[in-house]
Amino acid sequence: MEMHTVQVSKSWGIYLLESKIGEERDMTNTVDNVLSIQNISKRYAGIQALDNISIDFQKGETHALVGENGAGKSTLIKIISGAEVPDSGKLVFNDQVFDKMTPHLAQCVGVATIYQEFNLFPTLSVAENIFMGDETLSNESSRLYHKKEYIMKAKKVLDSMNININPMELIENITIAKMQLVEIAKAIAKNAKILIMDEPTAPLSTNETEDLFKLIGHLKQQGVTIIYISHRLDELYRISDRVTVMRDGKKILTTKTEDITRHELICQMANRKVEEIDFKSTWEKGDVALETQELCGNGLKDISFSVHCGEILGIGGLLGAGRTELARILFGADKAESGKIFVHGNQVEIKTPKHAVSFGIAYVPEDRKHHGAILSLPINWNITLPILKRISKMGFLKKKEERIIVNTQKDNFLIKASTMSQSVESLSGGNQQKVVLAKWLASKPSILILDEPTRGVDVNAKQEIYQMIGEFARQGMAIIFISSEMDELLNISDRLMVLNEKRIVSFLEKNEFSQNKVLAMASGII
Amino acid sequence: MILKLVNFVRQYAIIVVLFALVIVFSILSPAFSTLNNAMNIVRQISMMSIVAVGFTFVLIGGGLDLSVGSQIAIMNVSVAFMIVNLGFNPILAVIIGIAMTTGIGWFNGFMITKTGIPPLIATLAMLTTLRGATYLISKGYPIYGIPDYLKVIGQGNIFNVIPIPGVIMVVVIAFGIILLNKTYIGRHFYALGSNTEATRLAGINIHFTRTATYTLLGFLTGIAGLVMLTRVGSGQPNIADGFELMVLTAVVLGGVSVNGGKGNIPGAIIGAAIIGVLNNGMSIIGANDYWQKVITGMVLFAVVVFDSMSRTKRKS
Repeated sequence: MEMHTVQVSKSWGIYLLESKIGEERDMTNTVDNVLSIQNISKRYAGIQALDNISIDFQKGETHALVGENGAGKSTLIKIISGAEVPDSGKLVFNDQVFDKMTPHLAQCVGVATIYQEFNLFPTLSVAENIFMGDETLSNESSRLYHKKEYIMKAKKVLDSMNININPMELIENITIAKMQLVEIAKAIAKNAKILIMDEPTAPLSTNETEDLFKLIGHLKQQGVTIIYISHRLDELYRISDRVTVMRDGKKILTTKTEDITRHELICQMANRKVEEIDFKSTWEKGDVALETQELCGNGLKDISFSVHCGEILGIGGLLGAGRTELARILFGADKAESGKIFVHGNQVEIKTPKHAVSFGIAYVPEDRKHHGAILSLPINWNITLPILKRISKMGFLKKKEERIIVNTQKDNFLIKASTMSQSVESLSGGNQQKVVLAKWLASKPSILILDEPTRGVDVNAKQEIYQMIGEFARQGMAIIFISSEMDELLNISDRLMVLNEKRIVSFLEKNEFSQNKVLAMASGII
Repeated sequence: MILKLVNFVRQYAIIVVLFALVIVFSILSPAFSTLNNAMNIVRQISMMSIVAVGFTFVLIGGGLDLSVGSQIAIMNVSVAFMIVNLGFNPILAVIIGIAMTTGIGWFNGFMITKTGIPPLIATLAMLTTLRGATYLISKGYPIYGIPDYLKVIGQGNIFNVIPIPGVIMVVVIAFGIILLNKTYIGRHFYALGSNTEATRLAGINIHFTRTATYTLLGFLTGIAGLVMLTRVGSGQPNIADGFELMVLTAVVLGGVSVNGGKGNIPGAIIGAAIIGVLNNGMSIIGANDYWQKVITGMVLFAVVVFDSMSRTKRKS
């Protein structure tokens, strides 16, 4: 992964800073709406997903859309991009009035959506993906496929975005960050005027996020309107001009981002006072729960560290620094090549996840949908999956015991579901993550590895998860906490281990924590 | 209560198809709706149902096994060969035969888990290899000389009414239902077929679990092979040709997903019953064999299309 770092010209950052002031002045002069949605409503199966929503989107603005999971953001996007038909209301693009969109129509009026799951063909090249479905290229002379022309044109588009990607590279060979850039290039090639981005930074590292922001700045300059959805409030304050808060299918407010405080924003989203938790370092060091000596494998080199009972050890580092790789080795998901692992003082060999579980290790993986939960199976089956053998007698499941465990976990983890036999995929992101946590905590681990546990989780659920993590530590669990969100990493961890290029750079105690220090270490500057 | 009933019918819409077929054939021919004929159908579908139980395990676990027909053939010919040509004790020969198909099932699972070959290809190779070996052993000729007391298993009745293969079938079905619903192994099958990596990361030995599905199928195929051998009364090298596709049709009819993770035994058995009723009914009304194939194919197509349509409707 680390081999493909995205290279985007650094000069944009300066552009962005310079341009932002000028642009805002412009906007106050002439309010130029590229899209206004008027009185849009949509009902699904008895639930009012959207209730009389009206929002104006101005030319060249970055308009953030925030709200908890289930607030109606996704439905709104689907209506704008033509994937869903509204029950009532109008969509006005420039002067054209529509009462519904179709995917094709949306493309014609210049709407492009970058979903969290990309619509790319892995075995085709970057160039082919950019022009997929664009028939103008082959219509010019004949219906034949002009490879050279594709590549030339793709290069032109990529160059105009200042992106350095080889147009002949296959999608399956490039990083997620680059795939996202290809998706954006696809939109640009189709002359998109409105670019909708759903949680674009979720899979990106800090550096890649910076590059994306620069690109967004660049697109704004060219007059592209960006509708930006994110649960990460820091980002909104950095890049958005205006913000619309949605809650329970209703629009709560639209305001200039600079006119609303972070706390106010959270309260509006949740409609109640949310205390952002500050973790005070109150832990008492217990015995060493897990220790590694010169651990190598998965690209990692000489990893020696220990984590104590009751301690939350944060692991910082950029994407590709080796955080997930380390977690996977500790859990036996990948094999270590050399080095020693000690669990509660005993040297152990962890060859498979099964071994790890038997040593009391639990792992909440970063990819919740593919590795964390089994989405198509019911909640209760997910929760007891790792402990089925333990709650069986002669192979037969003790269903009563299973039910008791599931109900306890449901209450402990505040899982919101109508029944525990509904499938996990029917839950919101935050509740899915709670199911994964509930599953691992049911195995009563003594060492808990959390890899990006709050990714794609709404503000409220995030706070609940933080509280739970604190509670686990108080109960004496040793916790390894991996996060790309600097705020939560510094807030929650008792101690930090920073990785760079698959090696440990240094350890930081709570009183030495600072965002700049960690970033500098993670980037290999210190 | 009513809601439960509605759910049940929706889940087993296939039951409606079965009843509809029974009614249609009863109207078309009085010979169809007799106790005698019902027992005949049971005898005819017993082998398919026994294998369908194991097949359901494999499909739920995300696999596929095309070699079941050939497994039956090589088991029949080998057992007959051991009894007639080598003079083995018939009971011992049968035990060796069942052990052999169990071993073949295990080998299928082992190869698929260890090498990562797609199950379709691995078991296709096994299908061809075993069929060839069957002809080699028998030199292409049937082997006669199965003792009469063994033939009772395939041909006998209890109280002169209930066919013994039917009894075996019921025991196997009960075994399948209990394994899938009451034991942790069954739960592991579902997890494995739904998401292999997440299952591995839950600390489950996926190699063992996957191999177990194929081994169980091999064992049950051996049981079905015993019924087949004793019903036919000889070791036929060309027996059970195309059997694997018939079983596959039955379980897919019954709602078992070829993509893994979904399905249950009652569904699979109803699927088998539909095929049994179709074949039997059409023979009775005098439709020719070729039409039977056409109709069976069309029924499968119709049910699968209906199922996929009702699923997309539920989603939207």
